[in-house]
Amino acid sequence: MITVDSLTKTYGGFTAVDDVTFTARPGRVTGFLGPNGAGKSTTMRVMVGLTPATSGSVTVCGRQFRDLPNPGLEVGVLLDASAQHAGRTGREILTVAQRTMGLPKSRVEEMIDLVSLTSSEADRRVRDYSLGMRQRLGIATALLGQPEVLILDEPANGLDPAGIRWMRDLLRGYANQGATVLLSSHLLHEIEVVADDLVVIGNGRIVAQGAKSELLATAGTLVRTPDVTALAQSLSASGVAFTKSAATGGDDVLRVDADTETVGRVALEARVLLLELRPAEGAGLEEMFLELTADNQRETITEGAAA
Amino acid sequence: MSTITADTPGTATVARAERREPAPIPFTRLLSVELRKSFDTRAGFWLMSSIGIAALLATGAVLLWAPDSELTYSTFAAAIGFPMAIILPMVAVLSVTSEWSQRSGLTSFTLVPNRSKVIAAKAGVTVGISVVSMLMAMAIGVIGTLAGSAILGISPVWDAGFVDLANIVLAQVLGMLVGFMLGVVIRNSSAAIVAYFVYSFALTAITEVLASTQDWFANLQPWVDFNYAQGSLFNGSLNAEQWANLGVTSVVWLVAPLTFGLWSLMRSEVK
Repeated sequence: MITVDSLTKTYGGFTAVDDVTFTARPGRVTGFLGPNGAGKSTTMRVMVGLTPATSGSVTVCGRQFRDLPNPGLEVGVLLDASAQHAGRTGREILTVAQRTMGLPKSRVEEMIDLVSLTSSEADRRVRDYSLGMRQRLGIATALLGQPEVLILDEPANGLDPAGIRWMRDLLRGYANQGATVLLSSHLLHEIEVVADDLVVIGNGRIVAQGAKSELLATAGTLVRTPDVTALAQSLSASGVAFTKSAATGGDDVLRVDADTETVGRVALEARVLLLELRPAEGAGLEEMFLELTADNQRETITEGAAA
Repeated sequence: MSTITADTPGTATVARAERREPAPIPFTRLLSVELRKSFDTRAGFWLMSSIGIAALLATGAVLLWAPDSELTYSTFAAAIGFPMAIILPMVAVLSVTSEWSQRSGLTSFTLVPNRSKVIAAKAGVTVGISVVSMLMAMAIGVIGTLAGSAILGISPVWDAGFVDLANIVLAQVLGMLVGFMLGVVIRNSSAAIVAYFVYSFALTAITEVLASTQDWFANLQPWVDFNYAQGSLFNGSLNAEQWANLGVTSVVWLVAPLTFGLWSLMRSEVK
């Protein structure tokens, strides 16, 4: 369990994290989603005590992180896979962590096997590691103490598709066994596949949070038509809200806040040809993400244009 | 122990076994981990090895080139002590700064969020290394003295007593702590190393010139110049005033900046 309560972090006049409150619950994968610079990493760094909070608080396993007697056994942390002494071997980095936590030596080999590093790779110095190998080593370090909470910042970075699939299964398995898993990403599809709950952050503020199914359910219907103007008029006449879809691209698509049947009936009555009519779930999260963070994005999204 | 075995991902959510609260990490474990960390990189390993290598080279150099009349224990001790006075502070600097420059602090301070314990363990290891190194240096000095006298066919000259040796150890420990202090204050490997050389060489040269040209400074120097006050430790036993000089200057040059450095280190962001 991770509880973030009214967390704020400012640097001079810049507010990196602005009154953020959310809970990551046991047995669930919580996806922490946001564009670059949204405050995800800062929030996670405050969680584990590396950055002091300006105000607000975070508890992990019911306490402040700094009060945990042996944090490695309760919270697995991966913030930056590249933040390792480049001159140590992978095996040595795991050994240092294993000794700090007071674990049996055999855990090191178990972890090397678990993250599929070969024995010779484990004996190489980290400066010669690819980003994917560093990521695997970082995950091994996080899992070493069999923690009940995982805090992972962009763990999929640098992994190949098979590696991403492997990690997804691993995290799913962990959550299914009752662990709390919090992982951040700016990659929507990565999180959409694995998360149960979502926390979406932009410019330091939470813009949406809740169960993934609920957030997706509100996403409505996508409809494609060669006659956008006619359909838009009939939708307005029926009092149904809609917007041009930013995520799917193309200027012939509308995202409608109604189910497919309602939209189909409106189109039928207005005798407007439809090329496509489907729940917006497929575009789902991306649509929501772009929409919710549009004001906070670096790139300005032109309505209706390809994002 | 937890029931988690991550390599067998289940499909159903099962209740986790109630966990016992882990025992706190004992300080002795942190000491052993920090000691390991000062050896387990190639740079660290060779830096530590260079302590022994430099001691052997210095002994050899004395045997080869020192005039016969000076093949005494104090000559060997001084020759071995000189490279140590450079290498040991580097060991101290890097033990602190590598956590920031190599960014391994992200892991170190997450596994042990109480930063003062980590830094204390580093300090303990630092002092331990300097004392052990000096004991080793003295042993090598004994071998050198015996070898020198055997070559010359004279009886070995033991012209350094316990007090002299203890003072030299103290001087080396102080030098190493200055390196440690600079590491804590600056937290960047190259900058801290440069700062150490500026402090121990450039500053020494400047104060020397100043003292020889300005009378007012010559009188003041023992009370403000830490290097100068430490110098007396290499020249036999100290009188009360010299101890006072050492105490005052170490507060100004070591204790005060170290306190400030620790204060800011505890509050800083580990990036």
